Amino acid sequence: MTPRETKPGGSRPKLAVWKFSSCDGCQLTLLDCEDELLDIADAVEIAYFLEATRTTQPGPYDVSLVEGSISTAHEVERIQEIRRDSRILITIGACATAGGIQALRNSMDHESLKASVYPSPQFIDALDTSTPIADHVSVDYELRGCPIDKHQLVEAITALLKGRKPSIPDYSQCTECKLAGTACVMVTKGIPCLGPVTQGGCGNLCPRVGRGCYGCFGPKEGANTAALAADLAALGADRRTIRDLFGGFTAGAPAFAEERSRHDG
Amino acid sequence: MTDNTRTIQVEALARVEGEGRFKVRLEGGKVVRSEFSIFEPPRYFEGLLRGRSFRDAPDVTSRICGICPIAYIMGASQAMEDALGWQITRPIADLRRLIYCGEWIQSHVLHTHMLHAPDFLGLPDSIALAQSNRSLVENGLAAKKMGNRLMEVIGGRSVHPVNTRVGGFYAAPAAAEIHALVPELERCEALSVTALDAFSGFDFPDLEVDYLFVALRHESEYPITEGRIVSSAGLDIPVEAFPEHFEEHQVPHSNALQGATVDGRPYLVGPLARFNLNADRLPADILALAERAGLAPGCRNPFKSLLARQVETIYAFREAARLARDYVPPAPSFVEEPPRAGTGHGITEAPRGICYHRYEVADDGAIVSATIVPPTSQNQRQIELDLVSTVERFHELDDDDLQWRCEQAIRNYDPCISCATHFLKLDVERA
Repeated sequence: MTPRETKPGGSRPKLAVWKFSSCDGCQLTLLDCEDELLDIADAVEIAYFLEATRTTQPGPYDVSLVEGSISTAHEVERIQEIRRDSRILITIGACATAGGIQALRNSMDHESLKASVYPSPQFIDALDTSTPIADHVSVDYELRGCPIDKHQLVEAITALLKGRKPSIPDYSQCTECKLAGTACVMVTKGIPCLGPVTQGGCGNLCPRVGRGCYGCFGPKEGANTAALAADLAALGADRRTIRDLFGGFTAGAPAFAEERSRHDG
Repeated sequence: MTDNTRTIQVEALARVEGEGRFKVRLEGGKVVRSEFSIFEPPRYFEGLLRGRSFRDAPDVTSRICGICPIAYIMGASQAMEDALGWQITRPIADLRRLIYCGEWIQSHVLHTHMLHAPDFLGLPDSIALAQSNRSLVENGLAAKKMGNRLMEVIGGRSVHPVNTRVGGFYAAPAAAEIHALVPELERCEALSVTALDAFSGFDFPDLEVDYLFVALRHESEYPITEGRIVSSAGLDIPVEAFPEHFEEHQVPHSNALQGATVDGRPYLVGPLARFNLNADRLPADILALAERAGLAPGCRNPFKSLLARQVETIYAFREAARLARDYVPPAPSFVEEPPRAGTGHGITEAPRGICYHRYEVADDGAIVSATIVPPTSQNQRQIELDLVSTVERFHELDDDDLQWRCEQAIRNYDPCISCATHFLKLDVERA
């Protein structure tokens, strides 16, 4: 492997990686591309990526990957600056695309939540809500998942380097199981599963080990959550189980938040 | 300006993106005032868990950190099993230790090769390091990939694995799949020895700190998943006694709760503490490699935590190969009994040090209360003290070099905020 020549007539595209409220796992997925990392570093200029380098360059950036949700007043301002500085903005992961597990607070009393964790809640300055990036700025592409899938990330970066649209599937987890020949855990074992309403892309990881999908890729477009909830209840799932299944890592996605609220209290 | 007004001036909760901020005032080479703050937006995990099923705790708490999810999954699972009175089987415990080796490897190698080593060579990152020493980085990537591979084969994916549950695993991986990992684990152990030799040639800043080391200790194993809590001051207590000996405090200038002993002493957890308290639990040849590299038991130089991490990487490959060779799929792959009311504790050795979980569960299995004490909050006060020592020891450096040295001192801890500490704001007032 040798460093690639720069593009004729210009420098390599500038890539930036930004973190908001999150666990770092989606950014880590980029560093986990062990076979591709040095090639990516040759093909793009890593202009801002604090998890990997102390060198930072000012914008504008050709591609920004944004991890995390918006949960503080400062983050509300910062995402605007990043949008202005970015030609293409891609949100990565459940926090950036749906608000993350921390979006559960959107339906809770924030003050009592603060007091339940911090002895001096008055020092904690955070918004009452955790919201996805697209609630604040326009987003060009999104990669779902908690965390994102490595192959989807490499596909997105490769496609954008070649100037084409990333090819990201929008079918359901259910379809993914059918394509892979994985036996349906709901039909064969009566295990509650969000597969029918969740966007595919992870490689049907949970059903493959006999576990129901917990929805970390978020709702598929047009998901019929009410019909699934009725099926779950028919399998014997109680209200709390159904509430918390929809109240997971993409609890803030509207389709899941609405379904969850129907089983709360 | 009085000392009091200066403290207030520190902009207690400076909301700058993932930023570590260290303010320090020097008088004649002595630090007379300092404040280290980190800001990570609060996500209230303990509060979000209340009312949910005990089954949710491992997966939910794993989202505290994408770099060490297994630490949270295992600590939460053990605490729940303690609360519920479930006894896991030895084959399940062995498979847990095997996936935990994967986490140690990927986390340690990420840190040693990609985040920490460049500091010692005056380089900004591992990409620059790859230009000067490509084989070191490529071998590191191979080792890291193998750690991730272990997590994927056992857990389904390396960031936030899905195959783990309270009581064990959803499905036991096939024996052939695990046995097939052995040759690459052995090859990566050898690569890691080569890397240790390379690291041993680094110029380690000369600094000794009087630490109180705290780690797990097990009757026969180097501690990963099990043990009693011991310290360099002679403490030796069971896991459930943690709250009687250690506390968390909230300070206005930081969002993470800070740990200390109940009598107010800061302490150190992580690879250096583990190594110093458990060197006799390492295989003799690995201990000899450590000593050859310049890491002997009793080492109090925080910059040499790089070596401790690499020695533990070698050990984790050795241990993983042993467990993989002997692997027999646990049958059943998990234990389960009806829920009951109870309180449970769990501690494992996360890559960054002990991570404590405590849960109270109601008779229907709903979580009543949750307490989690991650390693970085336990180390936070000690990080600040190390920064003070670093500034005093190296105060003759100019501001840029001193800032880099301070960043390096923070990276000694491989803190979960390592991304933030790439961007330390150092304010030095020199009188």
